Amino acid sequence: MGEVWLRGFGWRHAGRRAWAVRGVDLRVRRGERVLLLGPSGAGKSTLLAALAGLLPEDSGEQEGTIEIDGRPPTEARERVGIVFQDPQSQLVMARSGDDVAFGLENRGVPAAQIWPRVDEALHRVGFPYHRDRPTAALSGGEQQRLALAGALALRPDLLLLDEPTANLDPAGADLVRAAIARAVHDDTTLILVEHRIADALTLVDRVVVLEPGGGVRADGPPEAVFAAHGDALAADGVWVPGREFPPRPAAAPAAEVLLTADRLGQPPRLAPTDLTVRAGEALAVLGPNGAGKSTLALLLGGLLKPGTGRLSASTDLAGSDARTPPHRWRAPALARRIGSVFQDPEHQFVTSTVFDELALGPRRTGATEAAVRRRVDDLLHRLRLNKLAGANPYTLSGGEARRLSVATALATAPRLLICDEPTFGQDRRTWRELVDLFAELRDAGHGLVTVTHDADFVAALADRTVTLRPVSRGGDGQSERADSPTRQPDDGSESRQRTSPPDGAGPTTAVRR
Amino acid sequence: MIDLEPVARPNAPLARRNPVAKLAAALLFAFPLLATLDPVAPAIALAVELAVLPLFGLRYRVLARRAWPLLLAAGGVLVTLVLFATDRSGRVLLDAGPLMVTTSVLLTALGLVLRLFAVALPGIIVFATTDPTDLADALVQNAKAPARFAIGALAAFRLLPLLGQEWQMIAMARRARGVEAGRNPLAKLRLFISTAFTLLVGAIRRGTRLAVAMDARGFDSAVPRTFARRQPFGTADWLLLICATALSATALTISIA
Repeated sequence: MGEVWLRGFGWRHAGRRAWAVRGVDLRVRRGERVLLLGPSGAGKSTLLAALAGLLPEDSGEQEGTIEIDGRPPTEARERVGIVFQDPQSQLVMARSGDDVAFGLENRGVPAAQIWPRVDEALHRVGFPYHRDRPTAALSGGEQQRLALAGALALRPDLLLLDEPTANLDPAGADLVRAAIARAVHDDTTLILVEHRIADALTLVDRVVVLEPGGGVRADGPPEAVFAAHGDALAADGVWVPGREFPPRPAAAPAAEVLLTADRLGQPPRLAPTDLTVRAGEALAVLGPNGAGKSTLALLLGGLLKPGTGRLSASTDLAGSDARTPPHRWRAPALARRIGSVFQDPEHQFVTSTVFDELALGPRRTGATEAAVRRRVDDLLHRLRLNKLAGANPYTLSGGEARRLSVATALATAPRLLICDEPTFGQDRRTWRELVDLFAELRDAGHGLVTVTHDADFVAALADRTVTLRPVSRGGDGQSERADSPTRQPDDGSESRQRTSPPDGAGPTTAVRR
Repeated sequence: MIDLEPVARPNAPLARRNPVAKLAAALLFAFPLLATLDPVAPAIALAVELAVLPLFGLRYRVLARRAWPLLLAAGGVLVTLVLFATDRSGRVLLDAGPLMVTTSVLLTALGLVLRLFAVALPGIIVFATTDPTDLADALVQNAKAPARFAIGALAAFRLLPLLGQEWQMIAMARRARGVEAGRNPLAKLRLFISTAFTLLVGAIRRGTRLAVAMDARGFDSAVPRTFARRQPFGTADWLLLICATALSATALTISIA
């Protein structure tokens, strides 16, 4: 039960020239815990979809064989459970318990058995609420644990996890990993795809590395695989544990003030916050989900009208416009001064080619066509996008789309760049390129504000950090989406936010150099 | 923001009725009213509707909040009739050249406005007192609607509020790129269309992912579904249907007589 056997397996999606995955020979025995690795584009997700029986025959071409307990996956569907990356698009029902029951109803489980099985599954993943809890009121980590319960309630022999913690903050990701470790039965086979390997290694006893051109590059216990292939994997962009990058501290002290936030807030999402943003400094904004980090990024980016307090720009940033707050500037003027990079790159794409996407900002701000060309060529080259100049932005891979969204914000040469989770889900190679680019920008005198959960990124780049606390309000949970179990109760005190050096030494506004 | 959640006390005697029974009763009650033109039948129907409201556990204030868009429609009816009514008999109330307001004009307008309210309120009451999940369950269990349709629509419905947030995000992302329409109406239209297109692309992608996730949990399996939440259809539900029909018939009879 739960035994997987692939012989020379390959899959090519209909209409594509290249095989998504090819020449894979792999045998996984019952109860094994496998981490599936490979550079971006090696076909990890396609392989999981094939195992889950989610690739209908008419959606592509198959090569070789793929079997679960001797049957093709499309016929073994009821033995296989899968949890995907995005919690929002895998919860079906409005109430938590109904969502777990959904799979049981589909499989025709008798009504009398459904609720006991729902409660058991919720208990196993450590779901902290009653089953009537609205799914919309759950944090990302809680939603992923609910999705895991939905898969486990069907008692699968084979459980597939496709980057289940990629969209979560560190606290939420820890809770989901703990739930996986605790809730999956010993005789359930587990195949996991995960970007951040170091955290996933506690869950697995075998690592399989797919080769992008086809076949399996390495297969064995984690220590043996990383000892033999670690360097090559790291060069391909895989996050091999124990290989940190050297930090990129600022070359010069922070320069003039660009923005000053005075009790800037947006109830109920962001408590009043004091903050100074300077040129030549990388500032990282930290805090659990629900603390209002993204809201702060939008406010600092001049995209949202402040609910409380004020945001003022210095004359160094805004010249004569410094008297008006950034949210009232005309859009082209804003784009010349403050660039914003959104969490989801696709929100930002406006045109139909990568070239036009980069040219849009400079054209809007009145650059000559020759200057636009120069600027775009420079950015294409710098962010390794030159081969994609004619491609549609919506067809780019995750890493390419992220690089493009950063490049579009840089195209108008703003003095200040504000990024919301820029390294989210990126492979090691793109991650390093982003850190290097940001470090160069900072050393060239740009200001940089990054909202992030990424501790490595903070360690490598941040000169100063600000930690936001969640806005606490009694009971309703709707406004508070913190994953941290140690929520701070509303003590009625002023929730001025804390600014501290990256090592968390104390509540000072010290700048570490 | 559109209010989609039920707002009634869930234990009120009529709110607790089977969602399909409530929906059918609303239709049986409101549909015959379309057959009349005079104000009497809709007035009686409206009185009945307002009288049973407490039985649905709804407060009048809540109903008013949900029903206010109807006032706009009512205003529209009034203006249209004053301007374009052909029958201008009866006592003249206001004579301003081509604009002549008579008692018959106002009577017709009153009939239409009352009808609008009488027909629309039952629907508003049903949706204000019914949980969407219960409605989908009841449609599948009692009205034999295909689960693929009812549960699929329910899942899509849950994603609706996300669209509003998404729209805001896209609009802000455009501003950050230096894209704004200013005062030019043509540029405004172009910006609207391109924002809507981005929203649509995102919605389709999310919908596709959701559909795959649902199928991965056996939504497309050929096994007959079981029901975790039973939606009983009992004597009280039949009674509700009968009462709705009887009341509607009474209102019609009185108006004809």
